[in-house]
Amino acid sequence: MAAIATLDRAAKKGVSAVQQYALISGRALGNLFQRPFYGADIITQADIIGVGSIPIVILTGFFTGGVLALQSASTLAQFGAAAVTGQLVSFSMIKELGPVLTSLMVSGRNASGMASELGSMMVTEQIDAMRALGTDPLKKLVMPRITATIIMLFFLTIISDAIGILGGAAVSVFLLGQDSSQYFHTTYQSLHYADILQGLFKPLIFGLIIATIGCYYGMTTRGGTQGVGRSTTQAVVVSSVLIIASDFVISRFMIGLFGR
Amino acid sequence: MSQAAVAPEIKQDRPDEPAVVFENVTIGFDNKPVLDNISFTVKPGETRILLGPAGVGKSVLLKLTDGLMRPDSGRIFVFGEEVSAMPEEELFALRSRIGIVFQEGALFDSLTVRDNVGYRLMEEHLPDEEIEQRVVEALRFVELEHTLDRFPSELSGGMRRRVAIARAIITRPDLLLYDSPTGGLDPITSTTIIELVIKQRDVYHTSSLLVTHRLQDAFVLASHRFNREANKMEPLPEGHTDPQTSFLVLNERKLAFDGSTHDLVHSDDPFLKEYLS
Repeated sequence: MAAIATLDRAAKKGVSAVQQYALISGRALGNLFQRPFYGADIITQADIIGVGSIPIVILTGFFTGGVLALQSASTLAQFGAAAVTGQLVSFSMIKELGPVLTSLMVSGRNASGMASELGSMMVTEQIDAMRALGTDPLKKLVMPRITATIIMLFFLTIISDAIGILGGAAVSVFLLGQDSSQYFHTTYQSLHYADILQGLFKPLIFGLIIATIGCYYGMTTRGGTQGVGRSTTQAVVVSSVLIIASDFVISRFMIGLFGR
Repeated sequence: MSQAAVAPEIKQDRPDEPAVVFENVTIGFDNKPVLDNISFTVKPGETRILLGPAGVGKSVLLKLTDGLMRPDSGRIFVFGEEVSAMPEEELFALRSRIGIVFQEGALFDSLTVRDNVGYRLMEEHLPDEEIEQRVVEALRFVELEHTLDRFPSELSGGMRRRVAIARAIITRPDLLLYDSPTGGLDPITSTTIIELVIKQRDVYHTSSLLVTHRLQDAFVLASHRFNREANKMEPLPEGHTDPQTSFLVLNERKLAFDGSTHDLVHSDDPFLKEYLS
């Protein structure tokens, strides 16, 4: 009986967590079109999340593109297809690695930042103080973070894709001695709109996941500084796993839709 | 202390209407009851001191009053409006008439003292000059006008609590809620804070609900008045207490006492006798 009671409690806790997550995210997004509009807070968050993430996104993109070219060129050479290294790099970067790796980097940097910042505010009663002072924290704190993350992750992914293809080019041309015009030609020629669409749709969903999970764990933090640490870790773990899992679902859906 | 122009505005439609009414309020967390069937009233201009052992639910009661939490059952009215049944959006408007001082101050640590105190006015997009003027007035009331550009982390515990009081009174609220304003402070700083509470009570007659577990602070509040000429608090004549100040005592989820200072000190209740001793 005790086991059933424990199971019952755990199930209720799980359902309640999902309900709370949906409520926080839904109400925050619903606030986007209601006054007052916190435009300045969106800009501030866009600067912190977007501009602040540019260095890590550039580094990650460049080396991912580079290592992709390095690894695939030797395999492709076995089939006499080393000339399509550019195609493979651009396909992989634009459809998968660009969106996923950029999101994982931003998740590590910003989902944790959101959870710890909002969590600290929660345990020091600053969130309650904000409500007592007549401001809706979902409007003032959560909505700008979600909006800024979705918009900025979209552009960060484009930067990552471009830098990744350049990284692949650098390795192909300078290390593997391939022809640069051939690399860029195969890169460009093989891409279809469906690939671009797939690559640019993903960061919109991943941005939503990062911000809502980060804010959810922040806004539900309990238990002092230890609780803040727990929320921060959980936010990164859960958002990373959700990014990878949803990537599979979106890819399957897009392949079904566009046939590639 | 300066008597800055933080003057109250009479906004109540019905002046005799109670500021706060609790009707059979019950709340619990994780299946553990915290407050059970609590009923009391705060009349206009009245200061009610809420006493009780630590962890008895005093802060919860204050958050219920401000609509930051909702009761499991029972009703709570503030200025005639049922906060226990209002949606959050409507509560934001009502909260503009309520000032709250949190246990640790709960100042926004990434904002300066100026931005903390003027937060509400900035959110209302008042002109910068008016915000500056009112922030300085509120800070002058707590004698901290020199700390405008400092961050909360650069202030002492007592100063942070005084800034929190300035933030609570800047909108000239009709009801003030103090959550252990002297908790964790040394006796001298505590007296400074209590003097501010007495000043607010006697100069502006704001209805208030003050939570504390320090009996000494509670009795200073009941036995002192603010002398506007001397600009400091002074004891009332021997045997006299402030008629507008009365007590509530919480114990084991229930309201153990609701009455005047005289009734409290002369109560035969064994718990109260032991608690007060």
